[in-house]
Amino acid sequence: MAVKLIIDGQEYEVADGITLMEACEEAAGKEIPRFCYHERLSIAGNCRMCLVEVVGAPKPIASCAQTVNELRKGPKGEPPEIRTDSDLVRKARRGVMEFLLINHPLDCPICDQGGECDLQDQAMAYGFDENRFEENKRAVENKYLGPLVKTIMTRCIHCTRCVRFMTEVAGVEELGAIGRGEDMEITTYLDSGLHSELQGNIIDLCPVGALTSRPYAFQARPWELAKTETIDVMDAVGSNIRVDSRGPRVMRILPRNNDAVNEEWISDKTRFVWDGLAHGRLDRPWVRREGVLQPASWEEALKVVADRLQSVATTRIGAIVGDLAAAEEMFALKGLMAGLRAPHIDCRQDGSRLDPKLGRETYLFNATIEGIERADAILLVGTNPRLEATVLNARIRKRWRMGALPIGLIGAPADLTYPYAHLGTGPATLRELAQGRHDFTETLAKAERPMVIVGEAALTRDDGGSILALAAKLAMQTGMVGAAEGWNGFCVLHGAASRVAGLDLGLTPGDGGLDVAGMIEAARTGELDVLYLLGADEIDTGTLGRATTFVIYQGTHGDRGAEIADVILPGAAYTEKSATWVNTEGRPQMSERAVFPPGEAKEDWAILRALSEAVGRTLPFDTLSELRALLYKEAPHLAALDVVEPAGTSGIETLARIGTDVSDTPLSAYAADYYKTNAIARASRVMDDLSRARLGGAAGAAGGEGIQRGEATGTDG
Amino acid sequence: MLADKDRIFRNLYGLHDWRLAGARARGAWDGTRALLEMGHDAIVEEIKNSGLRGRGGAGFPTGLKWSFMPKEVGERPHYLVINADESEPGTCKDREIMRHDPHILIEGALVAAFAMRAHTAYIYIRGEFIRERERLEAAIAEAYEARLIGKNNIHGWDFDLHVHHGAGAYICGEETALLESLEGKKGQPRLKPPFPANCGLYGAPTTVNNVESIAVAPEILRRGAAWFASLGRPNNTGTKLFCISGHVERPCTVEEEMGIPLRELLERHAGGVRGGWDNLLAVIPGGSSVPLVPAAQCQDLTMDFDALAKVKSGLGTAAVIVMDKSTDIVKAIARLSYFYKHESCGQCTPCREGTGWMWRVLTRMAEGRAEREEIDMLWDVTRQVEGHTICALGDAAAWPVQGLLRHFRSEIEARIAARQAERGARASAEAAE
Repeated sequence: MAVKLIIDGQEYEVADGITLMEACEEAAGKEIPRFCYHERLSIAGNCRMCLVEVVGAPKPIASCAQTVNELRKGPKGEPPEIRTDSDLVRKARRGVMEFLLINHPLDCPICDQGGECDLQDQAMAYGFDENRFEENKRAVENKYLGPLVKTIMTRCIHCTRCVRFMTEVAGVEELGAIGRGEDMEITTYLDSGLHSELQGNIIDLCPVGALTSRPYAFQARPWELAKTETIDVMDAVGSNIRVDSRGPRVMRILPRNNDAVNEEWISDKTRFVWDGLAHGRLDRPWVRREGVLQPASWEEALKVVADRLQSVATTRIGAIVGDLAAAEEMFALKGLMAGLRAPHIDCRQDGSRLDPKLGRETYLFNATIEGIERADAILLVGTNPRLEATVLNARIRKRWRMGALPIGLIGAPADLTYPYAHLGTGPATLRELAQGRHDFTETLAKAERPMVIVGEAALTRDDGGSILALAAKLAMQTGMVGAAEGWNGFCVLHGAASRVAGLDLGLTPGDGGLDVAGMIEAARTGELDVLYLLGADEIDTGTLGRATTFVIYQGTHGDRGAEIADVILPGAAYTEKSATWVNTEGRPQMSERAVFPPGEAKEDWAILRALSEAVGRTLPFDTLSELRALLYKEAPHLAALDVVEPAGTSGIETLARIGTDVSDTPLSAYAADYYKTNAIARASRVMDDLSRARLGGAAGAAGGEGIQRGEATGTDG
Repeated sequence: MLADKDRIFRNLYGLHDWRLAGARARGAWDGTRALLEMGHDAIVEEIKNSGLRGRGGAGFPTGLKWSFMPKEVGERPHYLVINADESEPGTCKDREIMRHDPHILIEGALVAAFAMRAHTAYIYIRGEFIRERERLEAAIAEAYEARLIGKNNIHGWDFDLHVHHGAGAYICGEETALLESLEGKKGQPRLKPPFPANCGLYGAPTTVNNVESIAVAPEILRRGAAWFASLGRPNNTGTKLFCISGHVERPCTVEEEMGIPLRELLERHAGGVRGGWDNLLAVIPGGSSVPLVPAAQCQDLTMDFDALAKVKSGLGTAAVIVMDKSTDIVKAIARLSYFYKHESCGQCTPCREGTGWMWRVLTRMAEGRAEREEIDMLWDVTRQVEGHTICALGDAAAWPVQGLLRHFRSEIEARIAARQAERGARASAEAAE
């Protein structure tokens, strides 16, 4: 149904139920200024900037808060008429603008929001040109929100976007308003800081400079920054980001909108990890001589590696891929290993029991992230999505807020920001469900689009394969697969950005090949001579360090892997290369280079290409585009960027028939240090602050550098 | 003058027993069951025909408001909420009802709730009203005890009545802020639409009425709409409690016919203006939020919604604040401005920022510390607040200032001129030295 209305003298037909603001902007292309309105938050209608005139109404109307259906037709049935540029409207906007500015400090020259400030921009467009306010301006004491969000509360215009975001999206009711009238203040009530992994988003939401990024404070002006649209790799969600850089340095990371992936939110890890890109970097090759790592040239380093690879039996060479490797370098590594006829290769650094031979559908988040919004019952198995995929968890919360959604959890209980039924701690409960001996089976079966999400805590166990098979069995029985048109509710939630591409490209051990645990065990027992680590840091480096195995580490940071390496080949981080990443849904996305790799570091595919030549098994490509041409031949779906190629369902059926011998050991809780899950994050001082705050309570963060409680405001007009 | 036989509030001054027995002796709870037997819609119709307009200040027809409630009870129950957050400066009528005649309010609550198909009603009582709350609660306990209300009561309509004690914020007298507060949230007005009749307390259909509007309902039904409509003037019918305060000989609250001449009201019930009628400077006829009316316009002024609107003021809560010629009118209005600045909830921009601005400018003007151009600027500011806010508090803050500027501009100008002359004289004296 469409609604007819007149906007500024012209008649339009607009969709039913949209707001006046949407009608004016989308149908008529009129610009409506606003501060408090945000399309992903509830409507507050408090800034009064978006007032429009509705002919016949006694007062101007907040266009964000009223729908087109609420307008009355004229006396003769004429369509309702809106004016967005009448005298009344202009006066109303000027008035509101003036009110917003009278108590707003004139500190734009020292404000980090300068240049990207809604208040600044709209004051230019809709404001007065002179000040009539002769009184003293209000000063407000700053609030302590933790190590990420810096506050200058005198600048606050009380739009409450931050309060609404924390309450609605982040699901953490820690921010609110106290006080009345002009004494109203936004606060955490007890000055305790925020405890959410999504809090950085309130910096973007704040239309003024009241909430700014503490790590970025006074670092740059927006117009100095080069902006690169790229992809995040802190988890397997593949959040769309914009990397802002100046010269060789990444200065900040902001979200980009992608409704299918991260909407417009990113996690704090994604946002604030950038200082880790500048610390602890490997910027030249190193070779261990007489037990000590010493600087070397590329020629030397590659020769040492090539000599070693050529001097050992190829069955005694292994390769492990880490969490931050892109498809291109994995493809090159696979080619190199194949050329050497070395069978031991594995991309499942975490030891998950996923088998790509069963089909993509057995390791993808088949329902897609957007699909969560259509699910009507969710079962979580061995996962803590809040920490494993923070933004995806916000999507589950969003679905839960939309209306009745039964959620069950099997595994360690945790605060997920929405209520769920804790069904049990171990796989035995999942077996009960799969056998139909549990009430929740019926809940799932009754649902039209039920969904199961299996996480790493379930997959990385010895019986991980069986747990996955049980989940598949349950999926088949409760109509998660194939029942509703186009619906596949069988979902695997990955934690690593590299994993799905690795599985897609088949970087798993071939015949007679060893997996990650097998290789490390072989190293310990002296049966593995050379181990190639492609950014693999999350493995048992202690055992490896004591072994006689020759370790080659190709990566970005002087982290665990580099520490035990015999040769270090410096690679490029995700902000430093154009590369393909496949997220947990199976969505290929391409990152772009924002800055160059530091020093002598090179792009990873090029390192492997050079090495292949040194060992006399030259890979069949000289450029990245040649590599991609071959890559796409092997995995055509990688060429379709931002498209989720629906996987089949037969793999899930096969999986459901596999033996399901599970142990009764409870599924473990999320054990990793959330803020330090990869080498870049471990190099970041901000992540270090956050980690300490998380482990040691708010006091840990308060002790950090540059954080002062109740900083003076110093703005008196 | 209102005849004694037409009085609805027969124990306004607490001279008689407030308890159930006393109330019954005065006619409360008489044939209530028969009133309910009229049926839901007939009651609404009768109230409509009586011409009763809301007694909380805005004067919206009460019967019409009741008729906005859905005719069928859907998934969510219907609620009646009685606004007893009487906070408008100058107003002291609802408290008299609650402490001296609580049973007519309780009976009214039952009748009104029945009319709108609600089984539950809340009385949201002002935080400062401690004794009133105690008495109201005692009366409700009596009513429960006598099975006048409650489950399976003698009237055949299950009905629960709860008293909720506010915390003393003026804004919680605004109906949607009241609902927020009742739900346990920060008292801030909601956006309208949706209106409470569709989506009110806990998202359920709700009607919010003033204490006086509810308390008069049973009497209207007992004596008929025609009787009520015969009192007062067309479109301004019935009786009304007037609260007379300020510079009169005997401040009081009195029930009178709508449309009574102001002078008669003051002279008959309050002993007249202190120092005689000619000593009158201005009145604020309807509580602090309506614009003042200068003495010159008071001579033949009648006290009803329409007549007061004609002089750009309003009947409001009928709280008549009388100011004689000893009043520093600028300072008086500045004090009211301070009240609105203090009570603004802070949610929306014009009111949050504008109320403080108006107060600060007026405070300076009261001392003459201003420029003449600022008078126009202040007028502009009041116009920028008025009509641009979520609720009516912005209007309430702007109107008294507008009344002042409209009628006493010369007074402000004189003060500014005097101060400037004084400063000029001091400057030339200093120069001469």
